Amino acid sequence: MAEWEAVKPQNKALAWFEERLPVLSLVNNVMGSATPTPRNLNYWWNFGSLAGLMLVIQIISGVVLAMHYTPDTAMAFDSVERIMRDVNYGWLLRYMHANGASFFFIAVYIHILRGLYYGSYKAPREVVWMLGLVIFLLMMATAFMGYVLPWGQMSFWGATVITNLFSAIPVIGDDIVQLLWGGFSVDNPTLKRFFSLHYLLPFVITGVVLLHIWAKKVSDSGNPLGIDVKSGADQIPFHPYYTIKDAFGVGVFFTLFAVFLFYMPNALGHPDNYIPANSLVTPDSIVPEWYFLPYYAILRSITFDLGIPGTDIIFIPAKLLGVIAMFASILLLFILPWLDTSKVRSAKFRPAYRIFFWILVVDMILLTLVGGRKPEGIWPLLGLIGTVYYFMHFLVILPVLGKREKTLPLPESIANPVLKAAE
Amino acid sequence: MSTNEQTIEGEEGANRRDFLHVTAAGMAGVGATLALWPFVDQMNPAADTLALATVEVDLASIGEGEAIVVKWQGKPVFIRHRTAAEIEEARAVALDILIDKETDADRILAGHDKWLVVIGTCTHLGCVPLGSKTGDDKGEYGGWFCPCHGSHYDTSGRIRKGPAPRNLDVPVYAFMNDTSIKIG
Repeated sequence: MAEWEAVKPQNKALAWFEERLPVLSLVNNVMGSATPTPRNLNYWWNFGSLAGLMLVIQIISGVVLAMHYTPDTAMAFDSVERIMRDVNYGWLLRYMHANGASFFFIAVYIHILRGLYYGSYKAPREVVWMLGLVIFLLMMATAFMGYVLPWGQMSFWGATVITNLFSAIPVIGDDIVQLLWGGFSVDNPTLKRFFSLHYLLPFVITGVVLLHIWAKKVSDSGNPLGIDVKSGADQIPFHPYYTIKDAFGVGVFFTLFAVFLFYMPNALGHPDNYIPANSLVTPDSIVPEWYFLPYYAILRSITFDLGIPGTDIIFIPAKLLGVIAMFASILLLFILPWLDTSKVRSAKFRPAYRIFFWILVVDMILLTLVGGRKPEGIWPLLGLIGTVYYFMHFLVILPVLGKREKTLPLPESIANPVLKAAE
Repeated sequence: MSTNEQTIEGEEGANRRDFLHVTAAGMAGVGATLALWPFVDQMNPAADTLALATVEVDLASIGEGEAIVVKWQGKPVFIRHRTAAEIEEARAVALDILIDKETDADRILAGHDKWLVVIGTCTHLGCVPLGSKTGDDKGEYGGWFCPCHGSHYDTSGRIRKGPAPRNLDVPVYAFMNDTSIKIG
């Protein structure tokens, strides 16, 4: 961790305040001109700040939407339609919030993949990584509950399917589901608690984001070469160099966001959610939002019991096994820093890992496609293959690869290759 | 070194003060846990939810081979007027090929063979299976088919194929007379 540099404002009133609560110094030392940052960060390093920005947009648009929304099964759907038709700029705010969730996930997924490619989870940044996963889990919970609020068909049936996952837990499963519902099915009590928690969790996320940034500050930023900073020549101040680079990224990202927001606001949604919830009719197919599809595919890929073949002895029934696989697929990432045995961080110097990384990306895309299809024909088999490979990557390939792979020689320092090229 | 420090660094480590610390912290822990319970239990079904009345259903209007869906405790209940062939089919199945082994007789009320009453939520993840309406996909076993994850139920509401672990649940119900039942 770099030296702490105190800010001394010229303005007397400001200096008086700064002496008593050094907020300017704090900002300046975390993302300011007193924050030495590796000089070689590429554009993949933009997505952390983009995710943070999307969180802010979600909170602001969400707080405003809550002023018009009614969390009651009799009125929820209509209150959302009223936001769309009658509330001034209501359509803009709601589309911003709905598409904002998608773009939040886009930023976070790219941020996570960047971490996987450049080994950002390795020592000494394990806690940064794990806090990031906590944020990811909280985001998923928040997004899921938010999707229930409009009380359309997908809201209702998505909530039914996901809460029913907990019924797979042996012995106490059904009691837990009843506790989650506050009744005997997804109904008014469920909607109200989801609204309450959907409002709360983003602020919890904000808290964990601060810890995530703090932990990053302690262990310093990683960089595309994956080698440690050796001297001041390896670093440049965060401001203005990365503030301007991040700002450019924001411009590009917002342009894309605006395309969806203004020209195709429903492209990422499901038309069935414009049908009011009906507890007696299940839609033709229940599809979660796109960002949940890989996990949904993993859940559905398990259709067999774990037991002794040829007998009736079953250790884990299919339903529970599917649920375990789904949760394990994310919880597994918490031990990734120890599963990956390679000392070299960046995939730039790991030719074999680089290939497996891209296979994993393809595997995730495959699972996304499978998750959106009905479980018929070839799709369940592809889902099973994708699931098995996903776990293979982390549990078998990474531990072995770290021991076997012949890595490329690392550069002496971050500055060296750059300065040499300049000579 | 003061006497105070000597007692704290004592060889055994346990003294009066430690005992007080542990018991005080223990009591505070128990109190906090008890205080937490109302915050958890408020999530369970409230008294008015629990008091949801029973439902009485008139069966006279359901023709042979037809089924209706009624709502009970927020959940759909399938009531099916089975044909002789469907009853026969349900009875003929050998028990050991079933996933959840139950005879047809265990799933109906004695003397009312043609009426099958089951809770219409798939035991997998709670979707409502198709098959109650004319023209619905009834699955490979002529009962119900859950479109969500592909579970097939037979004419006794038993799971035959797909990810669902159990047969469709049979609610508590009784015949009030030959053509009406009370669920719950």
